[in-house]
Amino acid sequence: MSYRITGSTGEWEIVVGLEVHAQVVSEAKLFSGASAEYGGEPNTHVSLVDAGFPGMLPVLNRECVAQAVRTGLGLEAEINLFSRFDRKNYFYADLPTGYQISQFAHPIIGKGKVLVDLADGSTREIGVTRLHLEQDAGKSIHDQDPTRSFIDLNRAGVALMEIVSEPDIRSPEEAGAYLRKLRQILRYIGTCDGNMEEGSMRADVNVSVRKPGETEYRTRCEIKNVNSIRFVMMAIEVEAQRQIEVWEAGGTVDQETRLFDHVRGETRSLRSKEDAHDYRYFPDPDLLPLVIEQSWVDELKAALPELPEAKRARLEQEYGVSRYESSVLCVEQAIADFYETVARGADARLAANWMLGDFFAALNRTGRSIEDSPVSAEGLRELLGLISDSTINGKIAKEVLEDMVETGDSASAIVERKGLRQVTDTGAIESAIREILAANSDKVEEYKGGKDKLFGFFVGQTMKAMKGKGNPALVNETLKKLLSE
Amino acid sequence: MSLDAKTVTRIARLARIGLQPEEIETLGKDMGSIIDWVEQLKEVDVTGVDPMIGTGLAKPRLREDRVTDGNCRDKVLSNAPEREGPFYTVPKVVE
Repeated sequence: MSYRITGSTGEWEIVVGLEVHAQVVSEAKLFSGASAEYGGEPNTHVSLVDAGFPGMLPVLNRECVAQAVRTGLGLEAEINLFSRFDRKNYFYADLPTGYQISQFAHPIIGKGKVLVDLADGSTREIGVTRLHLEQDAGKSIHDQDPTRSFIDLNRAGVALMEIVSEPDIRSPEEAGAYLRKLRQILRYIGTCDGNMEEGSMRADVNVSVRKPGETEYRTRCEIKNVNSIRFVMMAIEVEAQRQIEVWEAGGTVDQETRLFDHVRGETRSLRSKEDAHDYRYFPDPDLLPLVIEQSWVDELKAALPELPEAKRARLEQEYGVSRYESSVLCVEQAIADFYETVARGADARLAANWMLGDFFAALNRTGRSIEDSPVSAEGLRELLGLISDSTINGKIAKEVLEDMVETGDSASAIVERKGLRQVTDTGAIESAIREILAANSDKVEEYKGGKDKLFGFFVGQTMKAMKGKGNPALVNETLKKLLSE
Repeated sequence: MSLDAKTVTRIARLARIGLQPEEIETLGKDMGSIIDWVEQLKEVDVTGVDPMIGTGLAKPRLREDRVTDGNCRDKVLSNAPEREGPFYTVPKVVE
């Protein structure tokens, strides 16, 4: 189903491309030996290179290059063995040199792609135009003083990957799915932590609209620096709506940079056209062109971890879980690892079922993540083993899991302590059922008279009498037998 | 060749240089003659030759990913025209 917005003149299609700035995971900055760690006392993660002191020269960090190459491989993209750094010139208080070192004409990574999963179960391929390395700027703080802005350069010079998509995105949902998938790939490879709250992943959103069937793109606007997936989706909707209103009122959309205000739910023009950007890019004379060897790229490729798509397909195939279950389990590597530890040596499908159900619910309830889960993978595996070998039934197992979360005891210890062992003694089950039937002779008559629904009532009463410990299959079987007597 | 007043003003604004009106014409002439001088390079036929950045012989030296610098706030702030505690301060810039 194509996403359409209905205006006063009919339907409109939206065209979106995303530029994602992803902070590279590294110890030191892109061109200096200062720490790239987030936070820190103001202006302490700063070297004289980052502060733009005269005569200081940039020296490229090898690991940052490796991270860009790994990411490119994860996006199935062309790796350019020759790339170059350019200066992008503009004045801003948090940019001490007056230029950002970036890659303009020759990025390190060329065309690639991201496969996104949509809610209706379909998959779409979104093209990646390029990925290049560049420096982050410092941070301006505007709320400390009425007349002055304060500048912290800790982030200045930290390595960023700018990942530019093709204008292939056609709905807010696709934009969200693209960002989630991209973030998942970056996290798997370990090249960006994808933490949007700390700003280590931010998106510039290019939006235009057109009538369905038009082949040319209309003028786009760029919404700068949107810092959550939800806001990206909201910004696209709001901006598309605005542009439609402009076109339908007989106006034209101006190409400009805009800002998304999530409180007011609107976008606003950020820079006047008169000040339109002229970055005057030119090759940075302080840096030689970057030439890397194919053999190094091959080494990096060989060392890549299993990527989300491959892992999803493998779990589906190896453990017989559904595509949906598999994709949820693969959202994070740690979850998939946890699942595999449980599933090896347990009923793999039961394991998926329990992880997606009661186990995730327990994590949510306790506010814990998979890394500090109150129940270990081995612990969960033991619990599932007790279900599989009929020591306890599924209902009792839920109770045991809650106890495990609470006390940290093992499943078998809890079963022993609380005497939860399932009753599989047919004699005990039969006598429990006979008591129930005797106490409800009227209902037995109704049942025999054709009121089949009452079977559930008898099951419930029997289980209740047995404190939930009856083996469900045996209870059903025995009930049927006795009711037909 | 002389650069016209509009171009000179635009370049000055991009470079954040304030110009007196009487400077514009002189600067236009000066910059024009610089451009003319560099334009002589166009007389050479470079069809099929890639632009050369640097000598093209050397490979860049790469740095290992270790923290070897920083934690020198006093030095970093030593050139600041104005500071407040650990920060540089600048006239308020809010877009």
